[in-house]
Amino acid sequence: MSLALSRPARSAAPGVFVALALTLAVGWLLVTIDGGQLFSQSTTVSLLHVAAGLGLVAVGQTMVIIGGSLDLSVAYVLSLSTLVAAEAMNGRDGALLPGAGLALAVSAAIGLLNGVLVTKVRINAFIATVGVGLLLKGYLENGYDGPAGKAAPALVRTLGYQRIGPVPVSFLLLLAVAAAAWFALTRTRFGHHLIAVGGDPEVARLSGVRNDRILVTAHVLCSLCAGLAGIYLAARLGAGAPRVGTEGLYDLESIAAVVLGGAALAGGRGGVAGTVGGVLLLASIDAIFNQLEVDAFVKQVIRGVIIIAAVAVYARRALRKAA
Amino acid sequence: MSDPPPSPLLTLRGIGKSFLGVRVLGGVDLDVVPGEVHAVVGENGAGKSTLMKVVSGGYAPDEGTMEFAGVPRTFRGPRDAQRAGIGIVHQEFNLLPERSVAENVYLGHEPVRRGLVDRATMLGRTAELLASIGEGALPPGARVGDLGVARQQVVEIVKALALDARLLIMDEPTAALADHEVEQLYTLVRRLQRRGIGVLYVSHRIREVFDLASRITVLKDGRLVTTVDAGDVGAGQLVRHMVGRDLSSYYPGRAAPGESGAVRLAVRDGGNRTLRGVDLRLRAGEVLGVGGLQGSGRSALARALFGAVPFTTGEVTLDGAPVRLRSPRAAMRAGIAYVTEDRKGEGIVGGRSVLDNALLASRAVAPAWRGRGARTARIRELLAAVDVRAAGEDQEIRFLSGGNQQKVVLARWLALGPRVLLFDEPTRGIDVGAKSAIHDLVRRLARDGAAVLMISSELPELLGMSDRIIVMRDGRIAGELPAGATEENVLALALGTAPEAAR
Amino acid sequence: MRIAERRRLPVRPGRSRSGSLLPILAILVALLVALTLRQPDFLSPPSLMSFLGRSAPIILLAAGQYFVIVAGEFDLSVGSLVTAQVVVAARLIDSEPSRTWPVILLLLAFGAAVGLANGLITTRLRVPSFITTLGMYLILVGAVYLWSDGAPKGGLAEEFRRFGRRAFEDVPLLGRIPYALLVLLVVAGLAALLTRSDFGQTLVAVGGNPRTAELSGVRVRSVKTAAFVLSGLSAAVAAILIGGYSGVSFQAGAGLEFGAITAVVLGGVALGGGRGSVVGAMLGALTLETLFTLMNFYGVSGALRSTVQGAIILLALAVSSVRSVSR
Repeated sequence: MSLALSRPARSAAPGVFVALALTLAVGWLLVTIDGGQLFSQSTTVSLLHVAAGLGLVAVGQTMVIIGGSLDLSVAYVLSLSTLVAAEAMNGRDGALLPGAGLALAVSAAIGLLNGVLVTKVRINAFIATVGVGLLLKGYLENGYDGPAGKAAPALVRTLGYQRIGPVPVSFLLLLAVAAAAWFALTRTRFGHHLIAVGGDPEVARLSGVRNDRILVTAHVLCSLCAGLAGIYLAARLGAGAPRVGTEGLYDLESIAAVVLGGAALAGGRGGVAGTVGGVLLLASIDAIFNQLEVDAFVKQVIRGVIIIAAVAVYARRALRKAA
Repeated sequence: MSDPPPSPLLTLRGIGKSFLGVRVLGGVDLDVVPGEVHAVVGENGAGKSTLMKVVSGGYAPDEGTMEFAGVPRTFRGPRDAQRAGIGIVHQEFNLLPERSVAENVYLGHEPVRRGLVDRATMLGRTAELLASIGEGALPPGARVGDLGVARQQVVEIVKALALDARLLIMDEPTAALADHEVEQLYTLVRRLQRRGIGVLYVSHRIREVFDLASRITVLKDGRLVTTVDAGDVGAGQLVRHMVGRDLSSYYPGRAAPGESGAVRLAVRDGGNRTLRGVDLRLRAGEVLGVGGLQGSGRSALARALFGAVPFTTGEVTLDGAPVRLRSPRAAMRAGIAYVTEDRKGEGIVGGRSVLDNALLASRAVAPAWRGRGARTARIRELLAAVDVRAAGEDQEIRFLSGGNQQKVVLARWLALGPRVLLFDEPTRGIDVGAKSAIHDLVRRLARDGAAVLMISSELPELLGMSDRIIVMRDGRIAGELPAGATEENVLALALGTAPEAAR
Repeated sequence: MRIAERRRLPVRPGRSRSGSLLPILAILVALLVALTLRQPDFLSPPSLMSFLGRSAPIILLAAGQYFVIVAGEFDLSVGSLVTAQVVVAARLIDSEPSRTWPVILLLLAFGAAVGLANGLITTRLRVPSFITTLGMYLILVGAVYLWSDGAPKGGLAEEFRRFGRRAFEDVPLLGRIPYALLVLLVVAGLAALLTRSDFGQTLVAVGGNPRTAELSGVRVRSVKTAAFVLSGLSAAVAAILIGGYSGVSFQAGAGLEFGAITAVVLGGVALGGGRGSVVGAMLGALTLETLFTLMNFYGVSGALRSTVQGAIILLALAVSSVRSVSR
C-alpha cells in the first residue's frame, strides 16, 4: 500500500508523450531514409499550424468529455464561426474585434443549446450534438456554396501567418488556451466540479455540485473553443469556409486526440496536457505522411484505424482496471 | 440506563414512514448524546436503513418528530442534513476514485482564495483532519482509487468531519473490511467519540456492537423493540430480541421423508474469486435454503451454479455426470434456471410485453420457426398456471406489480422444463399476498421433482420454506441446519457468534 | 409442473404494435394531403409508383438501421458503404453486362463483411458503436478514393442499372411498377418476417436490457453483431438501387446515414434500443421522403434537408424525453 500511496493523484498522461516521441523518432528515420527532412523549418511550422487548429477544438472537447458528455457539433460550429467572423469583418481591420466577438457569441449560443439539450431535455449527448450539427449543416449548405466574406488583413497577418522563430502565433494561442483550460480544471471550483460530474454524477450531486449548470458551462466553453478555432482558420484561409470543419474531420479527430491523451470517454478522467500531446501526435503523423508523400486517401484510412484503435486500447485498459 | 446527559444530540420520537401504504417504520424513539456510540441492530428488513435515511435527510418521515442539537428539524435532502451537521458513511462509498483524498474531502465546498481553489489550504486542512483522527500517515494528495477499502472509509469519515459533522451515521462500516482492519476502525470510532461526536452505528455483527456501543437499539419489522445498555445484555439475549416471532403457518408443507430423492446437483470444493471450498448436495424434490448476511457469498453461489460468474475450481455433477457450467447458456442447457435477486436490472425487460418476457429464454436457447404456435400456447398455459394477473399478455411488464413480474420470470424458466431452480430472494419487494403464491409455486416445483435452491434474507421465509438450510459466511458454507432450526441458529452461524449452534 | 385450470390472460392481438404506428401514419397522411393539394396528380398511379421506387433505397437503409438501433447501437457507416459499393461496382463491372450477377453477389458479401467488422469491433473490443462506425466511415471513404485514384472508374452496365431505374411498363391500373419497388417489397417482407422471428424478438430484448437477455441465455454479442451485418446487407441492396438510379459518384451515399437514423427515430423507434418496429422505421423513411418532396414542391432548397433532419431528431427525442419524465 505504501507504494500505491506514493503515486501522485494526477498523472500527466505520459503514455501519449512516449508515443509522440516514438512516432517522431520512427518518422524521422523513415523520412530521412526517404531522403527528406522531418524537422525542417517549413515542416515544423506546418505541423504546428495543423496542431493549433485541431488543438483549440480538442481542448474544448476535453472539457465536455471530462464532464461525461461529448460534442459532435464542433466541426459545424467551426465552419460557421469562420463565416460569421469573415463576413462581419469583410476585410476591414476596424471590424476585427467585433467580428471575432460575434463569432464567439454565436458559438457560445450553440454551446448553450447543446448543454441545455443534454442536461435539461436529457437527450443523449451524442445524438443531441449530432442533431444540432445537422441543423447547422443544413444552414451552411443552404447559404453557402463556397468561401464567403473576407477576414480582416490584420488578423490574417498576425494569427494566420505571423510566427516567432518556427512557432506560429496561432500555436501560442493554443498554448494560452490550453493553459487557461488546465488552470480552470485544476484551480477552480468549476474544474473540480466538472471532473466530479464526469466521474460520478450521483456523488457530485450528493456533495452539493450543481451538475446541470456545470455541464452547460462545459458545453459553452467547448463551443467557444471551436469558435476560436474557426476564427483562426478564417485568418489562415482569409475567408469563411463552409466546409472546413467537416472536411478537416475536427469532430472525430478532436475526440481521438482527447482519448489518446488519456481521458476516459465515460468522463471523470483526463487532462489538457494529455490532449495537447494527442493533438501533437496526430499532427506529427500527418506531417510524417506529408513528408513521405503518402496518398491523402491512405492517410484517411489510417486516421480511421487510429481512432478506432485508440478507443479500443483505452476500453481494454478500463476493463482491466475494473476487473 | 445510565444518567441521560443534559443535551442529547439527536432525539427521535415516534418516527414512522410508509411506502405506498405499506408501513415500513413506526413509533421509533431514539436518542444519541454527544460522544456516544449508539448501535442500531435488527435483521434484514427490520427498518434500519429506512431509519438512517430519515435521519440523514434521504426520506422525510410521515410521523413523529426529530430534534437535532435541541432544534426541531425536518431535512429537505441529504445536503440539508449535512449542513446541519449530520454525516453519513455509506456502505457503498460516495467517493471519486480518480481524485485525490483532499479533492474528495472538499468536493462541493472547496476552499477558495481570490476566486481560485486554494489547494495548499485544502491539502493542509485535510492533513490536519487526518492527523486529528490518527490517520496522519495517509497523504492527502493520494489518489483514492489507489487506497484500500479501509483507507477509503477513512476518507469518507474525514469528508463528513470536514463539514463539521457532530453526528456520524455508519452503515455496516465493517462489511467490506478485513479482520485486521476492523481493529483500526474501532480505534478511529473511539477517537471520534472522544471528540464529542455522536455515532449511530448500524451493524449486523453482534460482536462489534458489544465492542463499541454503549447503548443498543433493536428494531424488528419496522418497530422499536427496545433500547438497552450494552453492559446489561448478553449476545444471546440480544439475538433473541432481534428475532423471536411466531413462525406463521402459511408456508406450504415441507417435503415428506420420501419426497426428496437422489442427489441431483453436487458441488465438490467449488471456488472462485468470492467463494471458497463449497461442498454442496442438492436433491431432487427438496428446497434447500441458503442463509447468510449480505455479501456472505449467497448470491455468488447461485451465480456460480448458473455459470454467470462460474466456479474456477472444484467439480460440479448433475445427476451424477460431470458438467461444466461456464456460461448461463451452458447452465440452461444442463437444465438449470436462475431467478435473480435484481428483478428490474436483470430479470425483466421492462419495455417488452408479458408474453415477450416469458418467451425470452425459449427464444434464446431454442430458436424455432415451426412450432412457434405450440410454444406460445404452452407459455400461455404457464402464465395461467402461475396465475399472472395483467391487463393482457401484450401489456408492458414494467406496469405489473413485483409479484406478477416474478411470476412471468418464473414462467419463462418453466417453459424450459428445468431440473434445478435457483431462486435468489424470490419474494423481495413483493406484497404479502403474492408472496405466499410464490411460496406455493416454489414448493409445487419441488414436489414435481425439481431440485430447488432458495436464497432468502428473511429468516421466517427461510425457515418456513426450507427442508434443509445452509448458511454462508465469508464465501464459505458456515454450516448446515435441518428443518426445524430456529432464527437464532441461523443468525449464530451467519454472524459467527456461537459456533456450538451449528451442532 | 401440472397446469391447473386458471384464468388465461386476455389476448389482444396486435394492440400495442398498431398503436405505436398511429403517430407516424397520421403524419404521413397529413403530408400526403398537403402534397396532393399542391400537386393534385401526385397520387396518380404513375407518379406515385415512381415516388415509391425513388424512396426505396432510404427505406431499405432505414430497415437496416432499425436492426442496429433497436439493439442499442448506431451504424453511421452506411452512407460511406453505399458510396463504396457503387464505386466498386462500377469499376468491377466496367460496363460488362455479364459481370452483373457476380458483382451483385460480391457487393452483398462486401456489405455483410463491413457489418461484421463493425459488429465485432463494437462487441469484442468494446468500442462505442458511433466511434466504430464513424471510423469505418473514414476507412471506407479513404479506401474507395484510394482504390479509384480519386475519380470513379469503369461504368455500370445497363444490366445492373435496370434495378434502380427500370420498371414493368404498361401494368393495368398502376401504369408502371419500378423494379426498385419490387426489390423493396421483397426486402421489406423479409425484414418484417425477421422481426417476428425469434431472432428479431431477441434483438429487441437485447436493446431493452442486455443484462436480462444475457442471463436468459442470449448470446448478446453475436446477436448485436448480426444486427450490424443486416445493416451492411441493406446498404448493399440500397447501393445497387442508387447506383442504378443516379449512376456512379463519390456523393452516391453522402449523408444517408443521418437520413436513415432520422427515419428510424421518426418511425417511433427508441434510440438506445428496446422499442419500435421495422415497419415504423420504414414508414418513417417514407414520411421523410414525402416531406422532402413537399419541400421541393414549395421551392425550399434541398440544402436544408440536414436542418430538417436535425430538427426532427431533436424534436422527437425532446418529446419522448418530456413524456418519460412526466410519466
